[in-house]
Amino acid sequence: MEPIKAIEMKGISKEFGSIKANEDVELTVFNGEVHALLGENGAGKSTLMNMLSGIYRQDSGTVLINGKEVNFTSPKDSIAMGIGMIHQHFKLVDVMTAKENIILGSNKGVFTKTKELTKEIRAISDQYGLDVDPDKKVYNMSVGEKQTLEIIKVLYRGAKILILDEPTAVLTPQEIKRLFRIIANMRDQGCAVVIITHKLNEVMEISDRITVLRRGRTIGTVKTKEVEVGALIEMMVGKKVDLAIKKEKTKEPKKELLQVDNLSVRNNDQKLALEEISFSLYAGEILGVAGVAGSGQKEICETIAGLTRAEKGRVFFEGENILGKTPRDIIRLGIRMGFIPEDRLGMGLVGSMDIVQNLILKDYQNQPGILLKRGPCEVKAKQIVERLDIKTPSILHPVKKLSGGNIQKVLLGREIDSNPKVLITAYPVRGLDIGASYKIYDLLNDQKSKGVGVLFIGEDLDVLMDLCDRIMVFCVGKVTGVVDPDEVTKEEIGLLMTGGKEGSLS
Amino acid sequence: MNLIQISKREDLSKGKERIIRIIAVLLSLLAAGLVIAILGYNPVEVFPSMVKGAIGTEIRLQQTILKAIPLIVTSLGILVAFKMKFWNIGGEGQILMGALGASYIALNVEGLPKPLMLLLMAVAAMITGGIWAFIPAFFKAKLGVNETIFTLMLNYIAIKFVTYLQYGPWKSPESQGFPKVATFREDAVLPSLFGIHIGWLIALFLVVLVYFFINHTKKGFEICVVGESTETARYAGMNISAVIIISMLLSGGLCGLTGMIQASAVEKTLSVSLSGGYGFTAIITAWLAKLNAIAVLFVCIAFAILLQGGTYIQISMQIPAAVADMMQGIILFFVLGSEFFLQYKVTLAGKFRKAKEVA
Repeated sequence: MEPIKAIEMKGISKEFGSIKANEDVELTVFNGEVHALLGENGAGKSTLMNMLSGIYRQDSGTVLINGKEVNFTSPKDSIAMGIGMIHQHFKLVDVMTAKENIILGSNKGVFTKTKELTKEIRAISDQYGLDVDPDKKVYNMSVGEKQTLEIIKVLYRGAKILILDEPTAVLTPQEIKRLFRIIANMRDQGCAVVIITHKLNEVMEISDRITVLRRGRTIGTVKTKEVEVGALIEMMVGKKVDLAIKKEKTKEPKKELLQVDNLSVRNNDQKLALEEISFSLYAGEILGVAGVAGSGQKEICETIAGLTRAEKGRVFFEGENILGKTPRDIIRLGIRMGFIPEDRLGMGLVGSMDIVQNLILKDYQNQPGILLKRGPCEVKAKQIVERLDIKTPSILHPVKKLSGGNIQKVLLGREIDSNPKVLITAYPVRGLDIGASYKIYDLLNDQKSKGVGVLFIGEDLDVLMDLCDRIMVFCVGKVTGVVDPDEVTKEEIGLLMTGGKEGSLS
Repeated sequence: MNLIQISKREDLSKGKERIIRIIAVLLSLLAAGLVIAILGYNPVEVFPSMVKGAIGTEIRLQQTILKAIPLIVTSLGILVAFKMKFWNIGGEGQILMGALGASYIALNVEGLPKPLMLLLMAVAAMITGGIWAFIPAFFKAKLGVNETIFTLMLNYIAIKFVTYLQYGPWKSPESQGFPKVATFREDAVLPSLFGIHIGWLIALFLVVLVYFFINHTKKGFEICVVGESTETARYAGMNISAVIIISMLLSGGLCGLTGMIQASAVEKTLSVSLSGGYGFTAIITAWLAKLNAIAVLFVCIAFAILLQGGTYIQISMQIPAAVADMMQGIILFFVLGSEFFLQYKVTLAGKFRKAKEVA
C-alpha cells in the first residue's frame, strides 16, 4: 500500500517581476518520510516552501495537503492545515519564556491556563524526545534549545508536516546529531518532514528521498539510498563539476606577514569570544579557519582589521604591532591589508552606491584636500570590471542590484586592487553559486601565487581542505589545532571543531 | 480570501517611476479638491485663484518668495541631517535659537559697519542654532540616544525660552507693556535687492553650496555612507561620532541662519512666532525633494506658492487657511504613499490575476 501523500505540489510557478523563481515545480512528500529539498542558492527552494507555508501565493499550479486541494492566502491557513515551518532565523521573543513563546499568536482566549499548558508541552516533548524547560527565558537558551523550542511551537499548533529551512547552519555537530534524532523520531511518528539544505552529507545522512531544484525547476526526485553524491551535484549544477581546486605548494622560505600573539577579545555580551589565540600567517599561503559558526571567526577578522577592540594580546603586521589601530589608521599608514567582511552589503560595500563610489570608500582617506576626486576611481572601476569580468550595466549601477557573485567580485576587486600583502576573507563564497565560488577560489589562488598571505574563513570543510595550505580549527574562541589538510581526515577536523585536542599537528 | 497580492518590485524604469509620482500628485490634488468641495467651495475656482494669489502680481510674488526663502534654507539644513538618517525634527528650535543668537548681537553690539554687523549676526545665529543641534548629536554619537524625541523636545525648550525672554528680561521698555523685544536698528536689518531682502541670494547660494558639499566633498561622502550603513562607515575607517556631530552642527547652523534671516529681515526683532512652522514644513519639503539640494529649491518654491495661495484664498474667498495646511498634508500623504507603489507591485489575485499593475 502506498503511504499517504502529505504534500503534493503540481505545476507550481511563481514569478517575481521578470524573474521566474519557480517554474512548473513538482514535489510529493509522503507521511512518515524525511524529504530533502536540494539546490543551489536561488534555485527556488525557499520560494517553494514559502508558498507551502502561506507566505507567498503561487501564480499557477495546485497544492494538495493530505489529498485535499488547498489555497493558502496567509500563514494562518497553512498552520490550520497542520504545516509548520521552522525558519533559519528563529522567530522567538527573547524576553519571554519558552511557554509564552509557544502560546504567542495562537489565540486561545484571553487567559492562559498555565498548568495545563505546561502539561501539554511536556506531552509533546515526551512524544518526540524533545527537551526544553517551559519556564526558561529565550535569551538564556543556546541555539540548539531555541531550535527545539521552535519545533515544539509548531507541534503545539498541531503541525504534522514540518518544514525546516537550513536547520543545521548554526548548530554544532552534536546539536546536529540531536536534531537528526528528533527528525527521525518525528518520521517514525508519521510526520512528514521537509528539510531545505545545500549540504550534501547531511542530505545523505537524514533523508529518505531527495528532490533537486535548479533555476526554479524540478530536476528530479530520487531515493537517497539509490544515489551517489556526484550525481546529486550534477543534478544541482547541471553539468559535471570538476570539484578539484588547484593547490600549489607554498614556496620556501616562508616569510611571516602576520603574527597574532595571545589575543583575547570580548564580544558585546562581555563574554570571551577569542581566548588567547596565537598563530602566524605566511606569505604565499592560504590559511583556512574552520569551526562551528560563531566560534570567534568574526571576531578574529574584525580585530585584525581594527574594527573590534581586543582585551589583550598583540597583532604584528610585518613585525609591527598594529593592535589598537583603527581602520582609519590602517588605511592612512598604508598598511597593505585587505578585508572581505562576512556581511558584504552591510559592511564591505554601500549597496545603494555605484561601483565608483564604493571604490572611493577605501580611497578617499588618502586623497589630499577636502574635495572628493572621482576620476581615478572611475578608471579603476573600469579596470576592475574588465579584469574580474563583473557583469554590470555600467560602473554607475548601484551594487546592490548586481547578483551575489558580482557583488563579491566588486568587493574582492577593490581589496585586491590595493595590492595587499595580507587578505582576510570571511566566508567569501557564502551565497554564491558553484560557478561564482570557483571564480573566487581562483582569484584567491592568484593572490597566493603573488605572495599574498590569505586568511580564509570557511564553512565547508571539503572546500577548506582542497583550497588551504593549513587549516586552523576554532572551537568556542580557542584554537584547538592547526593541521595540514593533506595529513588529516575531515573527521579529525570535526573532532577539533568540537574541542578535541588530539591530532594537533602544527 | 485575499484579493490583493503584494510583491516586491525587482526593477522599475525611470519613466514608470515618474508616471507613478505624477499620478500621486494628481490624486492628491483630486483629494484636496474633494475636501474643498465638501466644505462648500468650488475647487475649479479655488485652485486657479490660489496660483493667482501666489504669483499673480508682483507684490504677491514677492510674498511667495519671502515664504520660500526660510523654507529653502531650513530644508537644506534638514537635508544634511536626513542624508545621514539622523531624524532632525528640531528645526523649529534651531531656527529660534539662531534668531536668539542673532538678536543678542543686534541688541547689544553697536558701532560696527553694517556688513560686519550682519556677518556677526549670521555667525552668532549659526553657532546658537548649531549648539541646539549639537546637543542631541552628541548624545546620539556617544550614547545612542534617540534623536527624534530629543530634537523634538528641544523645540519646546527653545520656544519657551524665547517666550520667557520676550515676556521678561528682553521686553522692550518702549513697548508700553506689550511683550515685545525691541526692534532692531537699521544696521541689523538685511538689505533688499529687487524689492526683496537679500535672503533670496543667500538661499540660492546655499542651494549650490549644499549640493556641492554633499556630492563633491569628502565630508559629504562620509555623511552619505554613515546614512547608508554605520558598519560600512566603520569598515572604511570613518570617525562616525565626528561625522554625526559635524553634520548636525551644519544642519543646526543652517536652521539657525534661517532664524537670523527671519529676525533681521522680516520681523526686525526677536519673536517667538518667527519660526512660523518652517522647521516642520521643511521636513516635508526636504523629503519630497528626495534629499537633493537642487530639487529642494523647486519643491520649496512650490510649497511657498501653496502657502501664499492659502493665505490669499483666505482673504479673497473666506476659505479657512487651514485648507492650505490640509493640502500640504494631503500632498505629502499621497507622495509618500506612492513610495509604496514604487517598491511593491500590487496585483489582484484570483481570476483578475492577469490584470496586473494597479499602480
